[in-house]
Amino acid sequence: MIAEIGQIALILAFLIAVAQSVLPMVGAHKADARLMAFGDKAAMAQFILLAISFIALTIVFVQSDFSVKLVTVNSHTDKPLLYKISGVWGNHEGSMLLWVLILGIYGALVPMFGKSLPAGLKARALAVQGMISVGFLGFILFTSNPFLRLNPVPINGQGLNPLLQDPGLAFHPPFLYLGYVGFSMAFSFSVAALIEGRVDAVWARWLRPWVLLAWSFLTIGITMGSIWAYYELGWGGWWMWDPVENVSFLPWLVGTALLHSILVLGKRHAMAHWTILLGITAFSLSLVGTFVVRSGVLTSVHSFAVDPARGVYILALLLLATGGGLVMFALRAHTLRGGPGFTLVSKEGGLLLNNLLLVTATFTVFLGTFYPLLIEAFTDGKISVGEPYFDRTFAPVMIVLIAFMGVGPLVKWRKDSWQSLRPHLLKSSLLVLVISGLTWWLGKSVLGALSIGVAAYLAYSTLVAFGRKIKFGQTGSMAGSMKLLRAQPAAVWGFLLGHMGIAICVVGITAMSVWAGDSAKVMKLGESMTVSGYEFTLTNMTPGAERNFQKMVGEVEVTKQGRKVATLKSARRFYQVRDMITTEAGIQVRPMRNLYVGVGEGGAEKGWVVRAYVHPMVNWIWLGALMIALAGFVSILDRGQKREVSS
Amino acid sequence: MKLTWKGIIPLVVFLALGIAFAIGLTKDPSKLPSQMINRPFPDFSLPDLLDMDVTIDQSYFDGQVTLVNIFGSWCVACDQEHPVLMKLARNNEIPILGVDWRDTVEKGRRWLARGGNPYTRVVFDADSMLAIDLGVTGAPESFIVDKQGNIRYKFIGPITEKIWRDELKPFVLMLEAEQ
Repeated sequence: MIAEIGQIALILAFLIAVAQSVLPMVGAHKADARLMAFGDKAAMAQFILLAISFIALTIVFVQSDFSVKLVTVNSHTDKPLLYKISGVWGNHEGSMLLWVLILGIYGALVPMFGKSLPAGLKARALAVQGMISVGFLGFILFTSNPFLRLNPVPINGQGLNPLLQDPGLAFHPPFLYLGYVGFSMAFSFSVAALIEGRVDAVWARWLRPWVLLAWSFLTIGITMGSIWAYYELGWGGWWMWDPVENVSFLPWLVGTALLHSILVLGKRHAMAHWTILLGITAFSLSLVGTFVVRSGVLTSVHSFAVDPARGVYILALLLLATGGGLVMFALRAHTLRGGPGFTLVSKEGGLLLNNLLLVTATFTVFLGTFYPLLIEAFTDGKISVGEPYFDRTFAPVMIVLIAFMGVGPLVKWRKDSWQSLRPHLLKSSLLVLVISGLTWWLGKSVLGALSIGVAAYLAYSTLVAFGRKIKFGQTGSMAGSMKLLRAQPAAVWGFLLGHMGIAICVVGITAMSVWAGDSAKVMKLGESMTVSGYEFTLTNMTPGAERNFQKMVGEVEVTKQGRKVATLKSARRFYQVRDMITTEAGIQVRPMRNLYVGVGEGGAEKGWVVRAYVHPMVNWIWLGALMIALAGFVSILDRGQKREVSS
Repeated sequence: MKLTWKGIIPLVVFLALGIAFAIGLTKDPSKLPSQMINRPFPDFSLPDLLDMDVTIDQSYFDGQVTLVNIFGSWCVACDQEHPVLMKLARNNEIPILGVDWRDTVEKGRRWLARGGNPYTRVVFDADSMLAIDLGVTGAPESFIVDKQGNIRYKFIGPITEKIWRDELKPFVLMLEAEQ
């Protein structure tokens, strides 16, 4: 019964989406207020119906109703409640339902927060949003129905991939989708603006918070994925340049470019073309992200759906959305007004460079991810592109980008001169020299020294830019600066947090790439090995069992110069339901370094395979990433933006 | 209607990419002839991945139809294929001889531990000793060996349930019926 309610709600949502994609568009064309207003109602109705459908699916999962095929395949009575719930989206069908639910939420937010928007723009944007809904709801109903029944009803389910049975991963897809789907707003409003032939500052200021929201969620999603991979995959890699990771990174890079260009559009009425194009691209790449994971075109440890028929549907969807958006752009680009001119050395110039570099970086990652597929298309070879490619192509672009990130915030809008930057460049060069020299002396790595120097330069420049805003050390009075400090708009705090976050991230990445230590050895009880000055001793192996798996827990004692630092517990879990073994790493987390141990297969006579790692400053990577996400959220609160919305 | 170059370029780039991918996605990479069909499986003597002191050689093909599967922990498409092999193993469909190719012992074992081991035995072929004799072009790749130890079928790319059901299994049943 509950499954049928969900099913019916889904069908109704589909029908409403069809109407929503046509009527408001016609209404906007004929200037018919009633038809335009239908968009608002349809968006709300869709949200409610999709919520009902999603709740229905959640209920059948929690009840372990094995008459529903999806529950049988993906759940099990022995599974903890949290994972029964996360099982709802831990599979293809359910995750698509989550996708459209989030689309419904964003859609409903348009009428709720968009009262000040021009009626025509709002109606057209909602119609485009409706088209996306039609595409995805059709996809679910025709190829991936989550509510299919099963007869006869099995006694128990077939479990969930134990690798996915983890709190980090349980909430990884929702955040990722909040990001991906959030860019649909940028897409819908870009296409609507193209149809209207008007892209202006009001448009940009209204859209910016949504872009920031989507981008921040995506940042969190990617960070969670990285943290999950770090402790779950058992060897301490925090980023593998794995295709599934890359495709979530692509919309992030474009989204970063988008939120900078939309800032220019909102403040200076310039870069309208860029903003529109980036809006379309960010969502297209989000679809690619969905497509790649769903179709199995590029597979890896994360993939949990392999079915080419669905892939073809999503590919068609992607083609229609992106192609449609770009055709609109081709036809209507001439209607967009160029803003006031600017010289290269200006804030606009800096942000334009920032966009170009981010797009280059996106292209680099895109190429590295899809090149193997292209090679396969035109030759018979199969190749795999790995870390060395990305190290050699992506990293240099990022270094140049950071160089501009340092000076960009210091130059004035419209026109500035190199001369005005000279004192800052001199001071920061000196700083880089000192920091790099020190790092080289301590760390014995040229690459590490340069990279840490770059991070220091970025942090220093960001602080200088912030300091200038509050006239720190200029008015002569601390009180004046403090007053200015409180008066700073949220966007400035966002800038400070975001750019400092990048600097911190760079430090962490550098430390992990250059100074991490690891070793592996077959060890019997009492034996030990040394990694980066730490001595790891295997002291104990204890078998045990939990509700849905059996385990073997290894205890490793870590000492440094004879002093005990930590006792790490690493477990090997055996999941009977899926016939799978996973390794739970033992990790001691500290600000300056993590100790990481994974105990592998073996036995008492031969010994166990123990892998030990010392990861310097790895947590800085995620701290930086979370600061970046927070920066986005903080910027949304900008009062300047809010005033625009309510006026 | 006015078209500008600036407006069209993104569309052109997108279409070019789209066409490239359309070709890539529709081309069936598994239809490659093999020089090895109807020849005896090459002689080999290589260590067992799970017990490096033991060697495996062609005597493994002991009068039964066998699936030989080339894989590696570095190979992403193998992750996709792996659940299918697990299913074959669980249902006792066919003995599968694994060839862990261009891998390290550590990584190969970890890979099997992570996803389960569908193989009856796993040959460790880090230096492509067997792979070169077999004419392997990439991983995953699979061969069907008949009761006399002759290679009878070569399949390139990941085996899916559909491919197993429609293509490989009928062939295996045919070979099993042979005397």
